[in-house]
Amino acid sequence: MSILTFIGGVHPNDGKDLSKDAGITEYKPQGQIAIAVSQHIGAPASPIVKKGDYVKVGQKIAEASGFVSANVHSSVSGTVKGIEPRLMASGSKVDCIIIENDQKYEETEYEKPKSIDKLSASDIRELIKEAGVVGMGGACFPTHVKLSPKNEDEIEYIIVNGAECEPYLTSDYRRMIEQPEILIEGLKVILALFPKAKGLIGIEDNKPEAIKKLKTAVKNEENIEVKPLYTKYPQGAERSLIFALTGRKVNSSMLPADVGCIVDNVDTVFEIYNAVINGRPLISRIVTVTGDAINNPSNFEVRIGTNQKELIEAAGGFRVNPEKIISGGPMMGIAMSACDVPVIKGSSALLCMEHDEVAAAEERNCINCGRCVDACPSRILPSRLAKLANAGNMEEFESLNGLECCECGCCSYVCPAKKNLTQSIKVMRREVLSSKRKK
Amino acid sequence: MNELLHISSNPHIRDKATTGKIMLDVIIALIPATIVGISVFGLKALLLIIVTMISAVTAEAVFQKITHQKITISDGSAALTGLLLALNLPVSLPVWMAVLGAVFAIIVVKQFFGGLGQNFMNPALAGRCFLLISFGTAMNNFTIDGISSATPLANLKSGMAVDISKMFIGTTAGTIGETSAIALLAGALYLLVKKIIHLNIPLAYIASFSIFVIIYCLFTGRGLDWEFLAAHLCGGGLMLGAWFMATDYVTSPITPRGRIVFGICLGIMTGLFRFCGKSAEGVSYAIIFCNLLVPIIEKLTIPKAFGREDEDNE
Repeated sequence: MSILTFIGGVHPNDGKDLSKDAGITEYKPQGQIAIAVSQHIGAPASPIVKKGDYVKVGQKIAEASGFVSANVHSSVSGTVKGIEPRLMASGSKVDCIIIENDQKYEETEYEKPKSIDKLSASDIRELIKEAGVVGMGGACFPTHVKLSPKNEDEIEYIIVNGAECEPYLTSDYRRMIEQPEILIEGLKVILALFPKAKGLIGIEDNKPEAIKKLKTAVKNEENIEVKPLYTKYPQGAERSLIFALTGRKVNSSMLPADVGCIVDNVDTVFEIYNAVINGRPLISRIVTVTGDAINNPSNFEVRIGTNQKELIEAAGGFRVNPEKIISGGPMMGIAMSACDVPVIKGSSALLCMEHDEVAAAEERNCINCGRCVDACPSRILPSRLAKLANAGNMEEFESLNGLECCECGCCSYVCPAKKNLTQSIKVMRREVLSSKRKK
Repeated sequence: MNELLHISSNPHIRDKATTGKIMLDVIIALIPATIVGISVFGLKALLLIIVTMISAVTAEAVFQKITHQKITISDGSAALTGLLLALNLPVSLPVWMAVLGAVFAIIVVKQFFGGLGQNFMNPALAGRCFLLISFGTAMNNFTIDGISSATPLANLKSGMAVDISKMFIGTTAGTIGETSAIALLAGALYLLVKKIIHLNIPLAYIASFSIFVIIYCLFTGRGLDWEFLAAHLCGGGLMLGAWFMATDYVTSPITPRGRIVFGICLGIMTGLFRFCGKSAEGVSYAIIFCNLLVPIIEKLTIPKAFGREDEDNE
């Protein structure tokens, strides 16, 4: 059997050794909790609590305002202090419901759902929607929308994305080796929605332990298969993953469902289980706190809304002053101006780096070496597109398929001239897309 | 935390490869051919190599200084151009001509067009062709052990027999760096292992040129003359050109299919120049001529984006 993979990609140092053996530990927030009303793609949720209200753990505090939107629940018990804009990891300000944590963690009464065999497909979707589940790989697309494709009967594969190709991240890995059975049960919930579909779990082969555990867990499952993938970034990008597992190709104007696939991240599948089997909403996630500037790299189960600064303390604080702190992984994560920001549903990691390689790199002329072309998983010409982007040439940028860029960062990573290709292309893409929206 | 954090767009990590390291690797890959050149042609060869490299680097630094640009000689590209030019010169060439060639290559071919990455012709080869046109006699005066002798290809052209094994090792007349096929191949292997070059351009070049030679043999009544083919592959700077100069990033296509088309064009042009032209040699002219075709080759070979293979690009 040939090893499953895609064309292009890069092999950065994966840095996972720092935190991969740190078991998931629960972190209880100390200070105030700030729960953003917009943690997902789509319309922000509308708050349904007001200043002075007492809320319990798991209580819905903001309601989805439209189909593409997601509910938000309280992750602690305490008093609502108000609703005010707070700085997010992305650098923008978002309205947050501020809750004074009373440290009692008093839970709302969850209504235990019926057993899975008695639930209809629409019941399942409703439970997922109610629980506010979104894609936890980072994009935060509302899961109930993803699970309601137009061509429901044509869905052939439900893919669990366990590639975790971003260097340094180990949250999915820990979930896979600590709770493999729950992942399988979660996948079975999704499969119940699509009777014709087969479940595939794709895991990069740098995680043999996870592959072994999940293979054991699916031994008696006829309809689920664990597929080891060649370790190469961005193996876990949706398009790369679908291609590696099924040989089908998705471009920027298609959805995975168009080729009969639905892809969900490991943590998302876990939350689907939690929502449908336990009737519990999404109120926490696993955050990897790591990097060479951190004393004790850790994997924490963190309540949504926890201040990320607390997580650094919980991981033993800084070993040295970091030059750069990244929300997410080093390839696609966002550099933060401050870590005094709340955890949201898509916060996969807090990566603290002693040195900033980007600032240290000296930019030189492009020598046309073509490494960016070889590395690009979208098979476009990054160096050319970056040049067009910098020149503001929208038309040619589009005709050379600049919109196909998935912003994975491979081109900037490999560039020997240290050009910020991804950045140039990303900016131009946004510009083209927004000018299209205006039309 | 009392220091400000760095903010920048993703990705936040970078590969270790730099322009300077790549140039250094190419220089390292040329060391075997350089050593063979010096041992075959003597210390004069070493002198030419050193002088040409120093002239190229100095020319770049002086030009950048005068035009108030950042001096970028540390990227090693000027040194590499100097070395490549020297390897393309006959050992008997007066030193001042070599200096002139290096200055022309760096200033006219490279810096006038915007410096590294902007030139549309391989500077070393353009420098060589400049010298060939200006000082034809001196550039065609090939000596070995101080005695003027014809290059193997010139001998072939006039119908004489050649010694293939000598050509393979490099003990024949020719320019300083082109004579030893084995040394050049060793360097090429280094570049391939270090992933500095792809096989596509050299392979397409050598294959299409071989086919051209075979067809030429068949049409001129030689029949399948393998020795003739081997002599043409080892001689006349084909190995140096195919592995080290046709693969120059700046002046070759960036598109994967374009690289193959480029290689095929090179093979055909080299064949035409060698068999239809007056001179026995054709690699340098073929490469700088095909350098001019690169923009059009790239335009015609834009790859199809992932998931859009069935669509037209335009």
